[in-house]
Amino acid sequence: MLILGVESATAQVGCAIGGHEGVLASSHAARGKRHAESLAPQIEFTLQQARVTIDEISVVAVDVGPGLYTGLRVGISTAMATAFGLGVPMIGVSSLDLVAFPVRHTRRLIAATIDARRGEVFTAFYRHVPGGVQRVSEPRVLSPDDLYAELMAASTECLVVGDGALRYQELFSSITKVEVADESLAFPSANSLVALAHARALREEFVQPAEIQPLYLRRPDAEVNWQTRPVA
Amino acid sequence: MTMETIDLAESESVAGETILGIETSCDETAASVVVDGSAILSSVVSSQVDLHARFGGVVPEIASRAHTDLITPVIAQALVEAGRKGSELTAVAATYGPGLVGSLLVGVSAAKALALTWGVPFIGVNHLEGHLYAGMLEEPDLEFPLVTLLVSGGHTMLVEMQGHGEYRLLGQTVDDAAGEAFDKVARYLDLGYPGGPIIDRLAAQGDPTAIDFPRPMLNEGFDFSFSGLKTAVINHVRNNPDVSAEDVAASFQAAVVDVLLAKAVRACEEVGATAICLGGGVAANSELRERTLDHSVASGLRAFVPSRSMCTDNAAMIATAAWWRLQSDGPSGLDLGAEPSLKLPWLEAS
Ligand SMILES: [Zn+2]
Repeated sequence: MLILGVESATAQVGCAIGGHEGVLASSHAARGKRHAESLAPQIEFTLQQARVTIDEISVVAVDVGPGLYTGLRVGISTAMATAFGLGVPMIGVSSLDLVAFPVRHTRRLIAATIDARRGEVFTAFYRHVPGGVQRVSEPRVLSPDDLYAELMAASTECLVVGDGALRYQELFSSITKVEVADESLAFPSANSLVALAHARALREEFVQPAEIQPLYLRRPDAEVNWQTRPVA
Repeated sequence: MTMETIDLAESESVAGETILGIETSCDETAASVVVDGSAILSSVVSSQVDLHARFGGVVPEIASRAHTDLITPVIAQALVEAGRKGSELTAVAATYGPGLVGSLLVGVSAAKALALTWGVPFIGVNHLEGHLYAGMLEEPDLEFPLVTLLVSGGHTMLVEMQGHGEYRLLGQTVDDAAGEAFDKVARYLDLGYPGGPIIDRLAAQGDPTAIDFPRPMLNEGFDFSFSGLKTAVINHVRNNPDVSAEDVAASFQAAVVDVLLAKAVRACEEVGATAICLGGGVAANSELRERTLDHSVASGLRAFVPSRSMCTDNAAMIATAAWWRLQSDGPSGLDLGAEPSLKLPWLEAS
């Protein structure tokens, strides 16, 4: 089984190819060309580096967000079309799961965060379990102040990870029982995506390309404004 | 054996260059399979108009979300209806501009991924060039030079097509696009969205001579202006609250069509065009279509009025323009992004 993982929900865009033997090759870029310009060439390059042809890919995994909407859709459209074109199934993984996964060995409570812009963060809490992490709260979008209050109220030590935490680093690290993980862990990585998707592929937790649902966590502004419009 | 017959039939028809076109620049998710830029095997258009209607216009974030949901099923249906597998395609094309950036990126990303997956070229297509080629698609023997009146919600321009990919801009709107004027008038009259088809329907029951609305810049050059006309309509309705909406619709539509047609005809005379072509969503307007054909009968100048489904946004026109671009320029790079304000490649003014 060979998995192509596509990840573009944050300022970073990347992909990785791997399977039973771990990650064979990967590519990530956090600046320079825009996601849509960079992603397809990265996939082409990563296939070459891994010395595999695209029709050897048997599963396409994708980061379904939450994240920055335009980049997220570039990744999802690319991944869906690849899976559809190959006739292979897909696995969608949340960006918050991907951010929590690299710090799975900590026994502290993990708060995974993604910068949601507009003064908000996407977040979910995780706990260590044998072999990985388990999500213990629903993914949400909230203000850094609200997340600060929840961290203050937590009864245990916390590790806050992701680019959402880094943007508000001073706020969160002012809490003594809280540590903010460093920049190297800021973005969801395609390597983590392949690792998590591999575990789920072994359990055959597949979906068809048309079933992949982006996790936006916010409704479009126009709909929100429509529902809160003054009634004449 | 039946299987062999099918195989033979398929191998004959796949001899041509088969292109999958994808269009997501605004609020239609579309995919189409076209052979050699002329034979349409399938053309699937999924319109989001119902999603945007209550907002009175296209909401970019809602459009992008809908494109993401619809893109895979629409492509799948286009291939099934065409009876083609990915491996039988020559190339995959997508509109990369102009349009809404978030919407364009869904189609461009999907098309590049499919091209990479099937090992075929990717072609980025200019949406406006697609509209120009919609005429060619149904009438491949049209001879240059042609004058195309490209009228939609976002564009109003007169284009001289001197050859494939050789375009000269004769004139364009200096303010509102023609389709925008239809939408705004419909909104003011509280008729709903989108305005074009609604006014078209209402106008059929009205008197086009009831109100003498201005014909802006009728005899001046090839540029258009619809903002003043729109204001005149609004003022007239404000001053005459009991006026019949049918008469307003018919009189407004007559003014727009008078200006569009007069300039297009004058442009044909100036450049010695062999035919006048219509393209874009407003070219689906009944009055514009009929009057253009009437003029053709009366003057002998050929007129080409594509079917309504080829005037409004579709992917068959994208696959067709892509086929011509593939012959002339070859494929695009996989690093092509969306260009929301992409222009047509104009020839230098001579
Ligand atoms: Zn159009």
